[in-house]
Amino acid sequence: MVTKIKIDPITRIEGHMAIEAVIDNGVVKEARSAGTLFRGFEIILRDRDPRDANRLTQRICGVCPTAHATASALCLDDAFGLTDKIPDNGKVLRALIFGSNFLQSHILHFYHLAALDYVDAVGALGDLAPFVPRYEGDYRVTGEANAELVNHYVRALDIRRKCQEMLSIFGGKMPHNVGIVPGGVTEKPTEDKITNFLWRLNEIRDFIDNTYVPDVIAVAKAYGDYFEIGKGCGRLLSYGGFDLPTGRLFKSGVISPDLQLEPVASENITEDVKHSWYADSSSGKNPAQGETKPELNKKEAYSFIKSPRYKGEVCELGPLARMVNNYVQGDAKVKELVDSLLGQVGAGVDALFSVLGRHAARALEAKLVADTMVDWLQTLKPDEPTIVPAEIPDQAEGAGLTEAPRGSVGHWITIKDKKIDRYQVITPTAWNASPKDDKDQPGAVEQALIGTKVKDKDNPFELVRIVRAFDPCLACSVHLLDAKKSELGIFRVV
Amino acid sequence: MATKKYPVIWLQGAGCTGCSVSILNAVSPRIQNLLLDELVPGQRLNLMFHATIMGGQGEPVIEVLKDAEKNRKGDYILVVEGAIPTAEGGAYGSIGEKAGKHVTIQQSVEELGQNALLTLAIGTCAAYGGIPAAKPNPTLCKGVKMVFNEKGIGTLVVNLPGCPLHPEWFTGTISVILFSGVQALALDDLARPKLFYGQLVHENCPRRADFDKGKFAEKLGDAGCLYKLGCKGHYTNADCPLRQWNNGVNWCVKAGSPCLACVEPEFPDGTSPIYEKISFEDLIWSQK
Repeated sequence: MVTKIKIDPITRIEGHMAIEAVIDNGVVKEARSAGTLFRGFEIILRDRDPRDANRLTQRICGVCPTAHATASALCLDDAFGLTDKIPDNGKVLRALIFGSNFLQSHILHFYHLAALDYVDAVGALGDLAPFVPRYEGDYRVTGEANAELVNHYVRALDIRRKCQEMLSIFGGKMPHNVGIVPGGVTEKPTEDKITNFLWRLNEIRDFIDNTYVPDVIAVAKAYGDYFEIGKGCGRLLSYGGFDLPTGRLFKSGVISPDLQLEPVASENITEDVKHSWYADSSSGKNPAQGETKPELNKKEAYSFIKSPRYKGEVCELGPLARMVNNYVQGDAKVKELVDSLLGQVGAGVDALFSVLGRHAARALEAKLVADTMVDWLQTLKPDEPTIVPAEIPDQAEGAGLTEAPRGSVGHWITIKDKKIDRYQVITPTAWNASPKDDKDQPGAVEQALIGTKVKDKDNPFELVRIVRAFDPCLACSVHLLDAKKSELGIFRVV
Repeated sequence: MATKKYPVIWLQGAGCTGCSVSILNAVSPRIQNLLLDELVPGQRLNLMFHATIMGGQGEPVIEVLKDAEKNRKGDYILVVEGAIPTAEGGAYGSIGEKAGKHVTIQQSVEELGQNALLTLAIGTCAAYGGIPAAKPNPTLCKGVKMVFNEKGIGTLVVNLPGCPLHPEWFTGTISVILFSGVQALALDDLARPKLFYGQLVHENCPRRADFDKGKFAEKLGDAGCLYKLGCKGHYTNADCPLRQWNNGVNWCVKAGSPCLACVEPEFPDGTSPIYEKISFEDLIWSQK
C-alpha cells in the first residue's frame, strides 16, 4: 500500500520546514524537503555599504549568526585587500567568538532540538506543554536514567546560555555579535578578560566531557539501530575552517563514499535549479557568477532552496563531514576521539554514516573545539592590535568560505562604486536540505530518508529523527528570494 | 488556590529565531522558570506553542493553534516573532495546513490576534518590519500593529523591539502583566514599555564623558565616543548601557561597536550606513 506522510511544520529546527515522504509497503520510496518561509537577503543587500553586510547577514540566522559574521568578514577582508593584514589577535579573537557559538549551537541542538525524540520528557515532568502533544511510542530510556537525561536537558539550558555569555566577552553581545568586523575584532584581549573567558570555558568543557558526550553514548546504546538508519549520500564536503597562526582546525576536503580524499576548489561548486523556483537559464552556475532569477510557474519545482553540488555530486556537510575529513587526513586527536567512542558503542567507522553517527560527530566536535579554544586563548597578546582599518574599494570582488556549526558556508561579494552590486550566500542547509538537482539526484536529507522503514505511520519517529540529525537551519537556506510574481497555488506544491 | 495559567501561543514569521535564542539567555527568571514554574506566586505561563522547542510536530501541533483560537478566546497571550510577509496574500510564509491548504503566517497572526488577550510583538521585525522589510522589501513585510490596523483588529499590541530584544525586556513585561495587569504597562507612542525604552542610549552611555569632552574614536578599536563611527545612541531609546547584555557581561558600545539603533522603527534603512555618522536631521522620522 502506498501512503504519503506529510509533516508540516517540522518543529525543533531553526526556521520553517515541511517534509513529505511517499511510503510503499512501509518503506520510504520518495522524499521531499521544502522550506516554507522566504525573505530575500541578497536583494535587500544590494546598493548598501559593503561593511553593512557584516552586520546584516548575521540576521539571516539567530542560532548561528557568528557563522555569517565570520564568512562575511572573510569575504570583505578579501574584497578590501586585508586578508594578509589581519593581526594575529584579530584572527584568534574571531575564532574564540565563533568557537563559543559552535559550543552553544551543538549543545542546543542535542538537548533542546533533538533529545525530545529519544528522551521521555512527559515521563519525568508530567503531561505538560510545550512537551505535548508529541509522537507516542518509541521512548526507550525509562526510570532514573530517563529522569537524569531530562535533568540534563534543563541543565544544558544554563550551559548554552553560558556559552553566549562567554562569547560576549569578546563579541559584545549575543545573538548577533558586534565584535567581528572586516579588518579584525573591535574588543581588546586584556588579561582579566582572558582569565574570565578561560574559566567560563572550563565549566563548559566539564559539561561536554562529563555530561554531553556520555549522554550521546547513553542514547546511542538505547537506540543502537539508529547507527543503521539514515545513511545518506556518503559524499562529504568541508571547506575547512578556523585558520589560525597556530594551524587549521578543520581540514578541507571532499571525501568520496569509499573514503578517498580530494582537495576542494570553489570553482567546482555549482547550483542547480531544475526543481527550485528559479529560471532554468540560471542553472549550473558557480556562486561567483550566480543569479537569482525567480520563476514561480515551474512544474517540477518544489523548493526555494537551490541545489548546490560539487562537480555535479550531492554532498553532505556538517560535523560528520568535518570529523571524517580530519580522520581520513590523519588528525591524531580526532582519530582517538572517534575510535574511542565507536569502541564504547561497539560500532565501526561505517556506522558514522547514520542518525547516531551525526549526533556522535557533533558531540566529539564540541569537545575538539572547546579543548582547542584553550590553546587559542594562550596565544592572545594583550598589548598588540586586534584590528586594521578597512577602506571600501571602488570596485572589487571577494569570497569568504568557512565552516559553520551545520557545515560549510560561503559568502561572495561584488562591489561597484563602493556599494554592494551582488551578494551571494550558500549555507550548509542549502546543501543538506536541497531538492533534486538537474540530474534528478535527491538532496542529502532526501537521500537519508529514502529507503527508511517506517514502523508506525501515525508516529513516524524515523523520519523526524533523520531530519533533525542534520540540524537543519531553514532561515539560512531559504534567504534567497525575489518576489516578483507568485501565486499561493504554486507555493502549495509541497 | 489554583495556579492561574496564562496560555502563550508563540508564532514565528519572517525572522531568524534570534529573539527566541535571546530569551533562552534570560538569567532571572531563567528560561526553565518561564517554562516550568510559577513566575510569581500563584501565576505562571503555559507555553502551548513554540515551533523551536515544542515536543510535537505536524498536524497535532496545528490542532493546538486551532484549539486556542476556538476555545480560549480572550485568554491567551499571542507572541509574534518575525515580520509578517503580506505580498501575494501572505504566500511567502506559512505554518502548517488547514483543510489541505497552507495557512499563511499573516492568516495565523490575524486569526489568533483577533482573540488574544494581548499581543507581544517581539523584536524589531515583529514590531516594525525590521530587516525583512528593508528596501526593496521583497515580500512586503510588515509589523504586527500595522497588519492589525489594516484589518481593524483592536487587540492591544505591545512592541518589544530590538535585533534581537533583550531577554529582560520580555521577562520584565511579563512581570508587569502578572503583578499589576496589562493596563499597568505604560507605553510610549511606538507602543514600547517606557520601563525599558524610556531613555536614550546616549543619556546613560559610559562613553558619554568622551562625547562631552569632544574625544572621538576615529577608527574602530579606538578609545573615545563612537559618534563619528556611526553610533546611533543619541536617538536610540533603550536601556542597554544600564542593563548590559548576556548577564551583564558586555554590550555593543562597551565592545567598541557603534549602537545600530536596532530598536528603532527606521532600522535598518534609516540608520545605515551603519558605520557612517548620521546627523539628527538625516533621520527618517516619518514612521514616528
